[in-house]
Amino acid sequence: MAYKHFILVCGGTGCVSSRADEIYHELIANAEAMGVKNDVQVVKTGCFGFCEKGPIVKVLPSESFYVEVKPSDAKEIISEQIVKGREVTRLLYKDVRQKDRIKLEDIQFYQKQYRIVLRNCGIINPENIDEYIARDGYAAIEKVLTSMKPEDVVAELKASGLRGRGGAGFPTWRKWDFSKSTVADQKYVVCNADEGDPGAYMDRSTVEGDPHSVIEAMAICGYTVGATKGFIYIRAEYPLAIERLKIGLRQAREYGLLGDNILGTDFCFDIEIRLGAGAFVCGEETALLQSIEGNRGMPVPRPPFPAIKGLWGKPTVINNVETWANIPVIITKGAAWFSKIGTETSKGTKVFALTGKINNSGLVEVPMGTTLREIIYDIGGGIRDGKKFKGAQTGGPSGGIITEEFLDLPIDYESLTSLGSMMGSGGLIVMDEDDCVVDVSRFYMEFCVDESCGKCSPCRIGTNQMHSLLVKFTKGQGKLEDLEKLEKIGLAMKKAALCGLGQTAPNPTLSTVKRFRAEYLEHIVDHTCRAGKCKSLLLFSVDKVNCIGCGLCARKCPVNCISGDKTLKFTIDASKCIKCGECFKACKFSAVLKK
Amino acid sequence: MAVAQIEFSKELQSFVREWRDKPGNLIMILHRVQQEFTYIPREAAEQLSRDLKIPLAKIYGVITFYHYFKTTKPGKHRISICLGTACYLKGSQSLIEETESILGISGSEVTEDGLFSIDAVRCVGCCGLAPVMMVGDEVYGKLTKEQVPEIIAKYRNIG
Repeated sequence: MAYKHFILVCGGTGCVSSRADEIYHELIANAEAMGVKNDVQVVKTGCFGFCEKGPIVKVLPSESFYVEVKPSDAKEIISEQIVKGREVTRLLYKDVRQKDRIKLEDIQFYQKQYRIVLRNCGIINPENIDEYIARDGYAAIEKVLTSMKPEDVVAELKASGLRGRGGAGFPTWRKWDFSKSTVADQKYVVCNADEGDPGAYMDRSTVEGDPHSVIEAMAICGYTVGATKGFIYIRAEYPLAIERLKIGLRQAREYGLLGDNILGTDFCFDIEIRLGAGAFVCGEETALLQSIEGNRGMPVPRPPFPAIKGLWGKPTVINNVETWANIPVIITKGAAWFSKIGTETSKGTKVFALTGKINNSGLVEVPMGTTLREIIYDIGGGIRDGKKFKGAQTGGPSGGIITEEFLDLPIDYESLTSLGSMMGSGGLIVMDEDDCVVDVSRFYMEFCVDESCGKCSPCRIGTNQMHSLLVKFTKGQGKLEDLEKLEKIGLAMKKAALCGLGQTAPNPTLSTVKRFRAEYLEHIVDHTCRAGKCKSLLLFSVDKVNCIGCGLCARKCPVNCISGDKTLKFTIDASKCIKCGECFKACKFSAVLKK
Repeated sequence: MAVAQIEFSKELQSFVREWRDKPGNLIMILHRVQQEFTYIPREAAEQLSRDLKIPLAKIYGVITFYHYFKTTKPGKHRISICLGTACYLKGSQSLIEETESILGISGSEVTEDGLFSIDAVRCVGCCGLAPVMMVGDEVYGKLTKEQVPEIIAKYRNIG
């Protein structure tokens, strides 16, 4: 049956949380009620990436891009657009800089993006293998099995220049080659979908939007290195992604793309899902393998590297979701095509989860070498509420802060490392003038204290000590020599910790001490926090000139520490004040001062 | 010595049987147990220890290592407030404080009537909706602390 219209509803977690499922069902019900169900197909897709404006609904072929849709809008979409052929203009995206509601191709958020990893997200129904196949899906495994030897695949990957997207950027072909050239009776292929970086959700969206790209890539790797068994290690906190993977695996088996004698060849390969259980350290590959084996996820020293001695002592290739999703396209389009994208040392694209104080939060995929300025201002639409940019954190709790003066630096693995940050998995968190770098460093360090597995003392003790120093700073109890101590401990951890978590845990602190030393000194010497985030350092007072004596502040104060009257004006008793800020928010005359 | 007994449902029993001989089965089985009981009761861990011939100490080693596994029964309505970076920057700490003050409990505790428990969680993966709070599986995004009382009241009415 040929449909005249297609309505794509975002089925990513963010949009589903904002009732996208209801919208989907309402659209179908309304299409039936209005007798147009044979004209329109309603499809639930993966993430469109424009999470800020979710739930997203897109209508084809008119390319109408509707944002912030509500279930109650479904009726109008069907009756206006499908029945009468008129776009529902009030639902179109409205750019903050342009007055009018605009079409998809004019939306700046998408203009500088280049989608390889997210090629199918927001386009196909991830629960239907046929739609993946219709977009060249499983063409790569067919090409590999029918016309390429394992060494050809490794050579192709090498020529492509693909590096691991999980954080450190190790060349992917080398992992595969190590494993391939190791002789063993059993080998394994593992997908790391344990996305633990708080503030990042690229892998979740990739798996939710295009699970088959990961499945296909793992099978290609199995053929290349000689493995018959794969594991996908995924966070239990991602129920939708797990469900889509289960459906994907079942369909791939039904189509003979997994299991015995794949596509009629001798090659046999199957994949099992293993659930993580909420431990950040399990993103570290040796800890992840421990966890799959059913143990506490504690890292073990490398070498031997997992590619030589991994799961149950057998050669194991571990790649992250984003790395896997690149592979089928590299095989079908060729290394020459892929290596043209990106910079000298970093090829291809990178997906970032752009969040924080930014106008357009969402998932963005850009060629390596794009500058932060382009990502934040062109794609992200700039800083929220016209505030001033302070810094951007890449690499989450393992990365560092990038300041204004480096906004024009092309982003790749090397440039970020040279700034004391790292690519990380792709979290990109934007901070404005209201964010305190000391507080944010304390926040990241608290996370690392929680997540340190406790095996090696540099990390177990180091994170704790650094955290207690940072807490002292935020309370105005720090001393100048503490700052020196903080840096010393950080450097020791970088050298001595056993795994990536401990070695990189000091990064957020060290990079902010370097770039924002003045702010640390203000906390230590002047006992002030210019962002007003460190509550212990705040002092609320009333400006007698601006105060009109209305008493709103006194009525809002939960601890009754504001007193006065119309003539005397109002005063805040600092000894009783709990610094909740209610008076500051309530005052309409800017008479409550926060310092 | 008398052994404390606990009833496993038929589905759980067959799940344990299915996974019994697979290498690295423990975490998968613990997930299934927690799905059944909402936490991992001591008796269940003891039962697994006998069924799987894994020392109880090892089982507890695993349970206590991973944040996801709980050893105490959570409230009927589990409130999870995201403390991922995006949510933290957008003020989720104040959501926690507000919730704690309304319910009169602090993080990881359960209210006396067993209705609510609070967990601060690290990133639920809806950073575009920050700050985010979940009650059970229901997600509330772009929240301010002023909206918290209403949400809690809604669940209190359900009982």
